[in-house]
Amino acid sequence: MSVTQAEVLAGVKDIVVEVAGIDPTTIEMEKRFNEDLEVDSLSMVEVIVAAEEKFGVKIPDEEVTKMTTVADAVNFIVAAAK
Amino acid sequence: MALTNNQITQNSRILSVGAFRPARVVPNSEIVDLIESSDEWIQQRTGIASRHLAAKDESLIDMSVKAVQIAIDRAKISVEEIDAIIFATISYPFQAPSAATELAARIGANKAAAFDISAACAGFSYGVGMASDFVRNKTAKYVLVVGGEKLSDFTDPTDRATAFIFADGVGAVIVGPSETVGIGPTIWGSDVQNRDAITLEPSFLEFKNGKSVDDVGWPNIAQEGQRVFRWAVYEMAPVGRAAIEAAGITPGDLAAFIPHQANERIIDSLVKSMGLPDTVEVARDIRTTGNTSSASIPLAMDRLLHEHPDLHGKNALLIGFGAGLVFAAQVVELPPKPQ
Repeated sequence: MSVTQAEVLAGVKDIVVEVAGIDPTTIEMEKRFNEDLEVDSLSMVEVIVAAEEKFGVKIPDEEVTKMTTVADAVNFIVAAAK
Repeated sequence: MALTNNQITQNSRILSVGAFRPARVVPNSEIVDLIESSDEWIQQRTGIASRHLAAKDESLIDMSVKAVQIAIDRAKISVEEIDAIIFATISYPFQAPSAATELAARIGANKAAAFDISAACAGFSYGVGMASDFVRNKTAKYVLVVGGEKLSDFTDPTDRATAFIFADGVGAVIVGPSETVGIGPTIWGSDVQNRDAITLEPSFLEFKNGKSVDDVGWPNIAQEGQRVFRWAVYEMAPVGRAAIEAAGITPGDLAAFIPHQANERIIDSLVKSMGLPDTVEVARDIRTTGNTSSASIPLAMDRLLHEHPDLHGKNALLIGFGAGLVFAAQVVELPPKPQ
């Protein structure tokens, strides 16, 4: 399944809103999950689990720890979904 | 020649529940110094505000006797009527004889079949599944299922990953015959690829071979928290849904959800991903009890029934999961209100 960056960003936004209950307009590519969006490590796990299901990709734990910004997650998913 | 087995099956249900929490309440403020943490951080990550810890000379069986007496009294049966005792625990400090036999001796259940099961935080749900099958097949009329732990004996108070999680307590139920189906099919299994996610190491043989606790440590619980969290939120929702379906009902037919009290955020996530409606009362005993492994479901059940007496006799989804990794879930009719 091939998806565009915009599609993945929209999907990740939906998930972060659902998991962390934050305003969707604050979620942008350069935002950091922990510092800017208050998505802590456990919420991040929930985001990843939901993203794996939504996009049909596998995101290993070691990749999760490297995902600081929304862009890190979006770009990984776009590449993994190809 | 062919064997015969003329046992006719019957229905089973949970007749009563009993719980014991040790007297000493330990708030987060008492444990944060050793792990350089804070009350706020612990509550945010786990939901735990305080837990009960047993006294040094208060044994697992001392606590169990108290919980079991309540369950027996509420079921209105006598000790002699108990045909089998299933004790789920990972913290009984003897390899043999079993915790179940020590308990049997202490309460005077001298002839009951008695054995332990090692299924960690899934132990209680494993036990309820087995007890139900024993009753259904008339292998036993009344089965005592105990989930009990003194995890403070196996928790390192300086371990930043576990010190604030694990606690002590015992819950027990009596499973017995019923006119109607009171325990749905058990959905159970394991995921042994994650066998190293929660461990109690080293092996006792290290000590036999001349090593000391100073050399190799004590077999305290070690847990890869995020890995277990991820597994639980991803894998346990389908197990819960399967148990609901196997019982022939829908999420809307549930009155309560009593999951293993591992982490309140796992509970929240499961409620969401299983699509449980707001009408389902969710057990959150973890806030003041911590994670008591095999004891957490019956302890949470007892509290929920105490706080919401209208739930007696209503349907509840139980789901246990833990070290192995192993899991088990079933829908049960909660015990009737004790007369």
